[in-house]
Amino acid sequence: MKKLFITAEFMLGLCLPNVIQAAEVTITTTLHSYQGDGAYLAIYLTDANGKYNKTLWVAGGKAKYYKHLQDWARGSGLKSTEYDGSTGASVTSGEQLTFKVNIEDALIDAGYLIRVDSAVEDQRDQRVDAELPLTRRGAGTSVAGRGYVKTISYTL
Amino acid sequence: MLRRFHSLAGLTAALFLLITATTGALLALDPALQRANALVPARGAVSVADVAEKVLLAYPGTEQIERLPSGAVVVYFTQDGQTAADLINPLTGTRLATYQQSAVFAWLKDLHRAFLWDDKGRAGAGIVALLLSVLCVSGVFLLASRAGGWRQLFAPMRSASNGAISPRLHAELARAAALGLLLSALTGSVMSALRFELLPEAAELEADFPQKVAGTAAAPVGTLPALQQTDLVDLHQLIFPSRTDPQDLYALSTHQGSGYVDQATGQWLSYADYGNAAQLQTFIMELHTGETYWWLGLLFGLAALTVPALVITGFQIWWQRRRAMPHLQGNSAVGQADTIMLVGSESNSTWGFANALCEALKHAGCLVHLAPMDQLANHYVKAERLLILTSTYGDGDAPASASQFLQKLQKLPPTLSLPFAVLAFGDRQFCSFCAFADHVTEALQQRQWPQLLATDYVDRQSAATFEHWGVALGNVLGRPLMLHYTPVLPACHGLMLVERQNYGEAVQAPTCVLRFQSAPPGSTLPVFSAGDLVGILPPGNAAPRFYSLASASTDGVLEICVRQQDNGLCSGFLYNLKFGETAAGFIQKNARFKPAAGKSPILLIGAGTGIAPLVGFIRANTARRPIYLYWGGRLATSDFLYQNELNSYLADQRLSQLHVAFSRGAEPAYVQDKLLQDADQIRTLINGNAQIMLCGGRRMATDVATSLNTILAPIALDVATLKKSGRYLEDTY
Repeated sequence: MKKLFITAEFMLGLCLPNVIQAAEVTITTTLHSYQGDGAYLAIYLTDANGKYNKTLWVAGGKAKYYKHLQDWARGSGLKSTEYDGSTGASVTSGEQLTFKVNIEDALIDAGYLIRVDSAVEDQRDQRVDAELPLTRRGAGTSVAGRGYVKTISYTL
Repeated sequence: MLRRFHSLAGLTAALFLLITATTGALLALDPALQRANALVPARGAVSVADVAEKVLLAYPGTEQIERLPSGAVVVYFTQDGQTAADLINPLTGTRLATYQQSAVFAWLKDLHRAFLWDDKGRAGAGIVALLLSVLCVSGVFLLASRAGGWRQLFAPMRSASNGAISPRLHAELARAAALGLLLSALTGSVMSALRFELLPEAAELEADFPQKVAGTAAAPVGTLPALQQTDLVDLHQLIFPSRTDPQDLYALSTHQGSGYVDQATGQWLSYADYGNAAQLQTFIMELHTGETYWWLGLLFGLAALTVPALVITGFQIWWQRRRAMPHLQGNSAVGQADTIMLVGSESNSTWGFANALCEALKHAGCLVHLAPMDQLANHYVKAERLLILTSTYGDGDAPASASQFLQKLQKLPPTLSLPFAVLAFGDRQFCSFCAFADHVTEALQQRQWPQLLATDYVDRQSAATFEHWGVALGNVLGRPLMLHYTPVLPACHGLMLVERQNYGEAVQAPTCVLRFQSAPPGSTLPVFSAGDLVGILPPGNAAPRFYSLASASTDGVLEICVRQQDNGLCSGFLYNLKFGETAAGFIQKNARFKPAAGKSPILLIGAGTGIAPLVGFIRANTARRPIYLYWGGRLATSDFLYQNELNSYLADQRLSQLHVAFSRGAEPAYVQDKLLQDADQIRTLINGNAQIMLCGGRRMATDVATSLNTILAPIALDVATLKKSGRYLEDTY
């Protein structure tokens, strides 16, 4: 009995330092006014080399069109486990998308980037429509996109 | 049944069909316009490497090159932190124009496929496409049935006997556009079903993303073998690698497949064909949009243009039919009735006669149960007789309300037997005149039901025949029947007698040519031409009698030829009409009995007052096409109608030859005898594409047809064949 208690205490001691510290990040993306249907967006994290790390949000109802979010599709391998629970409707012209996501502290100020790929039916796919570094200092700063994204910003 | 289904589907979709088809027709212009503006090098002229190299010089920020289905080439690039797109000249890589999708066509497309209402609208458009497919298929079956069989589907069509233009216009347009509409609708339905995952979508097979790349310095794009080996014509798109990532690759897709190309070695690192299923889906989409096949797109667009006319004429047909629907009042229950009346009707016109007969029978003390033929029951408790009034549809088929009659008749218990009579309604212009009524009569005879009186035939809604039959039926039943058939008549015009010529009194065939002007003076005649009919209402009688017109309204007079019949109510009235007195009449168009357009010869055959429309055709022959007239009368000195006028037409060549036969006199002969004498000439005329037009009594028509069959046998033709191709027209009475 005593032995078991010690073992439990030992394990607890091991685990505690590993409890992940995460920050709640609110990301806001605003689209340009353009002619066409709702845009599909993939908002995800990459490392400093642009290598896919994790999916933050996918906007767009039909998974069969996700391949048009090209870099994200390549990085995530389009595995549904990568984006389950983090999807919503497509974002129409001129609209704003805001969502909250928990990001580990270890990824903040560590050279990681928030990136957006976008696509609209019958129009071109935009790889790296917008990209901005995930830093405490950068919070609240708007960055312009290159394609359908007008601006993107986040708060911590 | 099929017709009802067709109407219902059409009515449901009508408004949406108008939108979808009109926008579709306009959208069909887009690929053709794009193609017209695009510079398209032939296969073998330019490789993807050539284009990429030149584009990169002109656009250092190139991210992607795409060849549109129209053949135009677009470059997507970044400049000053913004992406943009230009149409380029594939030979030089230089800018042609900014690439911008037309806002107008984009809006039209949204209206076409989603009624400007996102996914819900798209589902609606999908349903409209499916309805249109169903309408096309059901419509083609109806066309075949109307034509009298699949083999006659492409034969010339006839106008409706009542002169309504909507049915014929609907049928002609539908026949021309059916295939294009069906292909548009089916491909559209498939696209919608794929989008909503009602059909399993075959994903394009994709090449694996290569795990290993050379990673050495990137080679100039123009030197990459994989790009050099790909013709521009096959290109779909080429995505350039990120400038900063040596691990990145060219993503190259063609019309057959896609894969990745190493930016250092220029070799394919992976490649996969899209697969047949995905290619088929692409083909279906390209067929629908006409993007790749712009000329096909234009044809589909033309087909779509017929839809507004089809919707409108379809609605008119439905409305006319609906308006003519029978209102059954005072109908006895099946179990109570002593007289069962069953009606087979396609356009509901037979119901008007049925109602008149029903009223007369009730007046004579019968308990009548009136129903469509399809409602034939298994037993009739008190019935003493069965009366059937039916028309025929197409080539001897059952009309709409009788489609199941013959099957039901087969299944009746053998104990049931009713004395019956059949009255057939039809149009002698059709080969299978009243054939369905004959089928019904035979089927009843086979069951050995007693026949009350021989089947009679009402040609083109002749009230006279109908009333005559009513008298015969009344005699059989032992109760005099007074039939009063009053068709819904058009508004009447006043016609004032201004001229007359009398003939034939010496041969007991008093006949006159009457000319009328519009009354009151100063009013204008309705529009008509020779061969049309005028319905004259004798005073105090609502049943009109029809006379063929010998003049056109442009002649300023309305001219008919009337033979006074014994006890003829209308002919007596007209024959005794004095100058300045008026008759009431209305015009009924007779579009079928008109000379064919063109210069080919016309052979006119007539007897007695049948001369009237024929004289009108000759009088209107200012183009001097060859016209031959064969006509028969009784005695040259008494009833040679229009003698002087015909001689003047011979003189001024409006008439080429005149052959007359008289049954009394020195050389008694009938008109068919003259034809037989001139058999060689007749054959020559027919070989020269001549058209035959015949007007006169029914007996004369039969005799002439028999003679003509004899004449035409050596050249392997007969009257039936000529009728089918519209070269033998009859107007008989």
